[in-house]
Amino acid sequence: MSQFAYLSVLAGCLVGTSWLEFFLRTRVYQRTIRLVLTIIPVLIVFSIWDAYAIAQGHWNFDSRYVTGVIVFADIPLDEILFFIVIPICAILSFEAVRSARNWDAGDEGNQ
Amino acid sequence: MTYTQIALLAALIMIAADIYVFKTKLLFRRVFWISYSIVVFFQLVTNGILTGFGIVKYDGAAIIGSTSPQEGSPPMLGDGRIMFAPVEDLFFGFSLVLLTLVLWVWLGRTGIQRNPRSGPPRKSVHKILRVK
Repeated sequence: MSQFAYLSVLAGCLVGTSWLEFFLRTRVYQRTIRLVLTIIPVLIVFSIWDAYAIAQGHWNFDSRYVTGVIVFADIPLDEILFFIVIPICAILSFEAVRSARNWDAGDEGNQ
Repeated sequence: MTYTQIALLAALIMIAADIYVFKTKLLFRRVFWISYSIVVFFQLVTNGILTGFGIVKYDGAAIIGSTSPQEGSPPMLGDGRIMFAPVEDLFFGFSLVLLTLVLWVWLGRTGIQRNPRSGPPRKSVHKILRVK
């Protein structure tokens, strides 16, 4: 346990889902523009929520286990990265299920 | 507002976003529910680490359960917690994942990098995934 504890959990999430892109051909990282355009609004919405929750004292972070880098509004860098990493993992899981089962999600267009 | 109130409200907003605003209607598709079940399982694991080790701590005034202890773990189950984390986190996670997937699918619907589509899985994983 160290100041990299939180970051290690996020790294674990990225490593744990990385095989999907290769073995299930999820093509999520490959569709970079779509991925970035998805993450930006999510990051904004959840950073506002996070900033409010931190200001109200809903939750706080043990300074021993986070980097100590504050991005803005008392939000630790670790949290900002959380709002980038978790959406990536969610999309990878979603596209992995589609890949494995060939189920429609409504964005297939005219095939 | 408490965390409990915001988390429930956020879940409702994201449900409305899916059905009425972006009209992606992922909530009516099995691909969403199967992927969400996988995600929520791993949320319990990773969030259990963040809360069980006290990396993130909560104020009892904002959640159903009590304040996280300064040292040591909160209850694994009970006192408003599941796998060390406040039950509110399940609504937080649901909102985060649903908004993400709604935007991802909506962008695809508008034609932004609809292709290359995902799949098919490589032959080497067909057996463990039971690909037909």
